[in-house]
Amino acid sequence: MTVTPLGIPRRMLEFTLDGEEARVPEGSTILDACRAAGKDVPTLCEGDTLRPKNACRVCVVEVEGARTLVPACSRKAEPGMEVRTDTERARHSRKIVLELLASSVDLSTTPKVAGWLKEYAAKPDRFGPDAARLNEEPKVDNDLYVRDYDKCILCYKCVDACGDQWQNSFAISVAGRGFDARIAVEHDAPLTDSACVYCGNCIEVCPTGALSFKSEFDMRAAGTWDESAQTETTTVCAYCGVGCNLTLHVQDNEIVKVTSPHDNPVTHGNLCIKGRFGYQHVQNRD
Amino acid sequence: MDLHFGDSKPTHEERAAVDALLGPPESSWEGADRSDADLRWARGGREARDRRDLLLPGLHAVNDRIGWISEGALDYLCRRLTVPPAEAYGVATFYAMFSLKPRPATVLHVCTDLACAAAGAPELCAGIEARLGLGSGVSVERSPCLGLCERAPAALAIKAGDPLRTAVSAPATVEEAVLAASSPGSAPEEPPAALAVPQAGQDGLMLLHRVGVVDPSSLDDYRAHGGYTALRRAFELGPAGVIREVTDSGLVGRGGAAFPTGRKWQATASQPDRPHYLVCNADESEPGTFKDRVLMEGDPYALVEAMTIAGYATGAHKGYLYLRGEYPRALHLLEHAIAQARARGLLGDDVLGQGYAFDIEIRRGAGAYICGEETALFNSIEGYRGEPRSKPPFPVEKGLFGKPTVENNVETLVNVLPILTMGAPAYAAIGTGRSTGPKLFCVSGSVERPGVYEVPFGATLGEVLTLAGVREGLRAVLLGGAAGGFVRADELDIPITFEGTREAGTTLGSGVVMAIDDSVPLPRLLLRIAEFFRDESCGQCVPCRVGTVRQEEALHRIVERTGADAAGDIALLREVGRAMRDASICGLGQTAWNAVESAIDRLGAYE
Repeated sequence: MTVTPLGIPRRMLEFTLDGEEARVPEGSTILDACRAAGKDVPTLCEGDTLRPKNACRVCVVEVEGARTLVPACSRKAEPGMEVRTDTERARHSRKIVLELLASSVDLSTTPKVAGWLKEYAAKPDRFGPDAARLNEEPKVDNDLYVRDYDKCILCYKCVDACGDQWQNSFAISVAGRGFDARIAVEHDAPLTDSACVYCGNCIEVCPTGALSFKSEFDMRAAGTWDESAQTETTTVCAYCGVGCNLTLHVQDNEIVKVTSPHDNPVTHGNLCIKGRFGYQHVQNRD
Repeated sequence: MDLHFGDSKPTHEERAAVDALLGPPESSWEGADRSDADLRWARGGREARDRRDLLLPGLHAVNDRIGWISEGALDYLCRRLTVPPAEAYGVATFYAMFSLKPRPATVLHVCTDLACAAAGAPELCAGIEARLGLGSGVSVERSPCLGLCERAPAALAIKAGDPLRTAVSAPATVEEAVLAASSPGSAPEEPPAALAVPQAGQDGLMLLHRVGVVDPSSLDDYRAHGGYTALRRAFELGPAGVIREVTDSGLVGRGGAAFPTGRKWQATASQPDRPHYLVCNADESEPGTFKDRVLMEGDPYALVEAMTIAGYATGAHKGYLYLRGEYPRALHLLEHAIAQARARGLLGDDVLGQGYAFDIEIRRGAGAYICGEETALFNSIEGYRGEPRSKPPFPVEKGLFGKPTVENNVETLVNVLPILTMGAPAYAAIGTGRSTGPKLFCVSGSVERPGVYEVPFGATLGEVLTLAGVREGLRAVLLGGAAGGFVRADELDIPITFEGTREAGTTLGSGVVMAIDDSVPLPRLLLRIAEFFRDESCGQCVPCRVGTVRQEEALHRIVERTGADAAGDIALLREVGRAMRDASICGLGQTAWNAVESAIDRLGAYE
């Protein structure tokens, strides 16, 4: 278990959430308040350790007096605000956004999305068989991780994690624009020719599986990936003295991937190349 | 920051283009030869990162000189500015006027947008491409609106080199466009801006009264025609007095959002955080809009003076003029005007000897409609991708470089001059109660005398069209541009005020009045509008990025269909359009369905 330090005390503010009084600490987002009240508002691009980019627009809610819907993940709650999370208008936008996404990318490895598609009665097929989508082969250009743009929803989390919010490598960015916008390294080069340091922090934050461990990618391709058969063990990285937490995902007594707990106050889920990928020696049985 | 550069090297020419902007590099850390000192110290860091906003000018420098941006050139620019190459690549690929792949030095942009399409742009393109075969050294590109709608169809030739050469051909024929592309230096000069103002020289004009009357390159001529009396008046009133006048005048922003200008200025002026910035949005890219270009080309000092007043009132000492990249003549005239004003003490450390420091820097856009959105424009100036930011915080609080910023478009700023010279009450008496002052309309399409017209608020759509001489067979009018809406030919009594258009269920937008006659196939026009939004979406949010594509696909499916055959797709369009309007981050996605919806509902397209 990790210890989460308590922050400084914050003032509480009151506003109305779906007709009921809600009290949240100052600085909370509408989404924080929804979660505290036990309301399920779907989100895709929101990340627990990154500043919300509010690009996916799945979490939109209605705020009294606002011309358009507002993203719950990034809009701060204000005193006296009247928020409605489950109106026909908000549900309509969520449904369409889910349809637009599911018709353009492969969401098969995105957690929870199948349930939302059902809940909102989204029918991505209705844009017809010719609806534009990427249909690109996964990019396998190194032994550590795979980029599958067909699954990318352009949530910007990998860009933010690689940039000033986590890793400070700035190896990835969004290139192009509109429907042709793609996550890319400089000059759209192979990863091996880029500034990537293979920390894998982008995989840690990817919500859709567009970025995945080569080990996971290969096992999925071989049909041997079985999350239900995996155990997760959190331990301390042995490579240096920082003491980062590692969560080892083990299937059939083999480490299949390594993540890191996001609630760790020191690393927030960050690792380096050794902690993230350097586990083969553990299972070298020769 | 942990920067990694590839091993591609710039050519001598590319290096010279960057160094001409940034000065020669001083150490190997930024691309010079290695010296002994370089082994012991590292350059860069915060000091260099503060120059990130020179990224866009740097990309222009290379693209202008070479015609495209190679890996070596981009890496060198990144080294000089301590910008990560991936980010610079993301920025460079955002703009339509830059190429990251080799291409000929000359690019001929042929406008295929609304007014030009109706005036025969497709045939023009085909003709030009037939004449300029492979190996001609010219790359022909279909372009969104070039802002030359009054002279449609239009073409703009840009020939990279030192110096960069440009030539405009409008109205373009195949021969003239090919001539402009093959020798832009010797192409015939453009007609003066006054030709775009059919009312030029008439009495009673307030915003256009100098267009065609003064020499746009002469500061003396500007002063002889009343120039700089408004700034003197501003200094008499003091900043708070200027804001009071502007507030009392009832001026609201002319860019489309119609926000009260005085309130915006007051909100910026009262922010404790410093410095304050002034940004003039001259990124006029709305299809059908060209009034800002005409103002800047016909009366550039007026904008310089108005920006100085706005800066003074809001406590800004630096003004950025963000000018769209497709306006080379406005760029030259404004560069000249700013230099002259600086030389004569009308800009600089001590404006008019009043102890107020103010200067203007021009930033060129590079082909991105979205950069007209105010927060996207800040990102563009700062050297990031021109993606809109989510609001709040609003620009008056956190705008350019995170500081309080007031942003106004060209027409709004120019209105400040008559407000100060005639006084707020006299100005407020013009127009209607809620829409005060004069208004510029860009009339194009099926009219005898297309151009910019100035009328006091309150005139009807029909009156403006009559001024321009509407032709027979009018079917509809597109009000407000691609983000606006269509009205029927029998709705010409709509008063074109903010409240009048709102009551009629449409919008004034940026002041576009495009007359569409029977000869224009409506489904094709709608398809072009959809294409435009798909092309210009920044791609940041899902409703806009994918929604604009789905909209275009549906319109393609029903382009030749009507009635029941189209009903399913129209229902789909409505559903997607509603979500785009409700859930997109910025105005681009929110308005991308307006024109199509109005064509279906008001004009009965596809019935």
